[in-house]
Amino acid sequence: MLYGYTGKMLRVDLSSGKTKTEPLKEELAKKYIGGIGLGMRLLLDNSKPGTDPLSPKNPLILTTGPLTGTMAPTAGNGIAFVSKSPLTNGLGEAKSHGFLGADLKRAGYDAVIFEGKSDKPIYVWIDDDTVQLMDAKHLWGKSPQDTEDAIREELGDYYVRVAAIGEAGEKLSKIACIINDKTRAAGRTGMGTVMGSKNLKAIAVRGTKDVAVAKPEEFIEVVKMLHERMKGPATTKYRTLGTPLNVLVHNSLGALPTRNFTNATFEGAEKVSGEYLNERYIARIIACSSCAMRCEHIAVVPEGPYKGTTTRMEYETLWSLGPNCGIDRLDAIIKGMYLCNYYGLDALSAGGLVGFAMDCYEHGILTKKDTGGLDLGFGNYEAMIKLLTMVGTREGLGDILAEGVKRAAEKIGKGAEKYANHIKGLEMTGYDIRGLKTAAIGYAVSFRGADHNRHGAYGIDLKGKVDRFKVEKGRGKMVMEIEDLYTVIDSLIVCKFGRGTYYDGFEDLAQLYNMATGLDVSVEELRAAGERINNLGRLFNIREGFTRKDDGLPAKVMSTPIPDNTVSKGSHITQKELDFMLDDYYEARGWTKEGVPTIEKLKEIGMRDLVALVKEKVKKPKPKRPKRPRRKR
Amino acid sequence: MATAKAKKFVSADPDKCVGCSVCEYVCSFEKEKVFNPLKSRIRVVRLDSVINLAVACRLCEDAPCVAACPRDALEQSEETGIIMVDEEKCNGCGWCIEACDYGAITLHPEKRVVVVCDLCDGNPKCIEWCPEGGIDFTTRDLLAQKARRSAVKKLFQEAMKKGTP
Repeated sequence: MLYGYTGKMLRVDLSSGKTKTEPLKEELAKKYIGGIGLGMRLLLDNSKPGTDPLSPKNPLILTTGPLTGTMAPTAGNGIAFVSKSPLTNGLGEAKSHGFLGADLKRAGYDAVIFEGKSDKPIYVWIDDDTVQLMDAKHLWGKSPQDTEDAIREELGDYYVRVAAIGEAGEKLSKIACIINDKTRAAGRTGMGTVMGSKNLKAIAVRGTKDVAVAKPEEFIEVVKMLHERMKGPATTKYRTLGTPLNVLVHNSLGALPTRNFTNATFEGAEKVSGEYLNERYIARIIACSSCAMRCEHIAVVPEGPYKGTTTRMEYETLWSLGPNCGIDRLDAIIKGMYLCNYYGLDALSAGGLVGFAMDCYEHGILTKKDTGGLDLGFGNYEAMIKLLTMVGTREGLGDILAEGVKRAAEKIGKGAEKYANHIKGLEMTGYDIRGLKTAAIGYAVSFRGADHNRHGAYGIDLKGKVDRFKVEKGRGKMVMEIEDLYTVIDSLIVCKFGRGTYYDGFEDLAQLYNMATGLDVSVEELRAAGERINNLGRLFNIREGFTRKDDGLPAKVMSTPIPDNTVSKGSHITQKELDFMLDDYYEARGWTKEGVPTIEKLKEIGMRDLVALVKEKVKKPKPKRPKRPRRKR
Repeated sequence: MATAKAKKFVSADPDKCVGCSVCEYVCSFEKEKVFNPLKSRIRVVRLDSVINLAVACRLCEDAPCVAACPRDALEQSEETGIIMVDEEKCNGCGWCIEACDYGAITLHPEKRVVVVCDLCDGNPKCIEWCPEGGIDFTTRDLLAQKARRSAVKKLFQEAMKKGTP
């Protein structure tokens, strides 16, 4: 096998308790790299169309990447979870960093496939070659953090790495995440829900084997160079104020979604800014395994009702629980973040739910009768905190909201869907794409739903490279190019915060990949792998019944022009604009008008084996001809 | 001749350590050309998110690990103070590990002999690589100086605050 890979996959059948290892085919590794790419292909091959995401037949796939376990900064510690998403019924995937990934690689696995369902709560203990299913009855109900402590205690090794779900995952809340190393979350698309559906409370890993690379001396030189770059301007943001720097930037650009996308500026922005957060709350900045950047901002509330609350803070979750709910108190936002981690909720989706419920309340769709007496007006931070607990434990209104905004809106009815900001069922993130029209394409077509991290096209808009209030031909191609880079990044499982240190994008990534694996992959080949993986995501969703209609935008992005007196005033996205964007993007991708990859395209990018998935859909309607009697041969 | 206090060792600064474990990776790479923290002579402890520290051999005087070895496999260099392990004699019994108050000695996962920081011939790679500049090649006396200076600075600041309205 190539360097960088162990050449081995672990299959754990949770129904029977049987485990076995299988070889990873070199061809698969070369085509799909690792991380999400490999995970997505394994998902496609190991599941049937139309599988209920919460049924035992939906596998949960955990992958490492070819750089995991090496000293490659940020990539050395990555893992990815892939499964069919209970939120979108399409492709679900989420990455996480920390320490777990490196241990899984040292334990000897490129991938772990969890199948079936245990009849009682268990955790899987992967100790190098020894894999055991352990009783987890005593862990049920515990937070991911307490679960990690308890497992380390009972296994008697404090270097054991743990990924776990909380109560939200156990109770099948559709926005449940998986948390490893206490603060790192594989947050999006309900991967924790899938884990819960299998009665799989946690995964504990100890890996003791070496990880070697093909060209150690050259590899270490590149690592050294990346370390130097990590101390430079490419990572300043992450090392200093951190991602919460975005609050004031977005606010000044009229791109800070506020009160569930009612406004695009927030009058309380200063009070929830990265500047204020760092000055008053950040106690320590720590790092993931083998990273020279260190970005993890740990906030501690020094006084007041939430005194002592300690948690990691980032922009997206600060936004979802703060401006998105009209809340301008950082101590309450930190408490909210803590609760999301405690219950194992994706804090981005959770904030989306609270904002949605508040919007419904403001419009009389939800009343105190529905909320159990809670005043859900925008800005009520105590209500936000109470509601998060209700979602985490599925109590009262929280039980309905735990299904995600899309399903909650259906259940609530009375026009609630007008306030449900999601794409494909996944809750929105903190960019006001009403005035970021290149980013909007990326959001609409993303294979995992509402997401800024599948494309990063907001960068094009925010840096002023284009007129961000306009739609025009050629933007689809721009989005496509970043998407292809981002799928490679997520397949190598490089942290997006570190992406700026790869000055030459594909070139730098290819260099590192080749030195680690011993391959000689060209920039063009690596770019093609990115394209292949994006097409794979599309193919999976097509197999699950997705069409052009699913490439939509959140309700309020289409319905509510930005009312604020700011640069983006009046901006929103019309159906006509959306249609234009999709046509332009599909054309750039070489897909049909319906957004289906053509047979020619699939052959071109080495996916001949998956042509059957689109064959029926790309057939051109036959021109009508008068019937002729069939000729016999 | 070098005196005990002049012997330099590797010491991580608790105010600077972020728990990234770059030191572990670079140590295992330097010593064995592989990436494996279990083969590192310096180990990182994260007690919780805000408490991180890398720990390596502190070159104790009259090192208890040496005294604890029943097979005389450990010897302390008079010149540098490092603990030298005779791999022929060591059978991995672990008494030295128990004797060390710092957990600075570890059992090699394959060779089953103990390994301990050897200061990389006077140029510790962990110090060179620490992204935070958080590891010092220092002596006990220099550490005392550093602590003293920072304590006085702090006092001075307090005094300044009191002195200005």
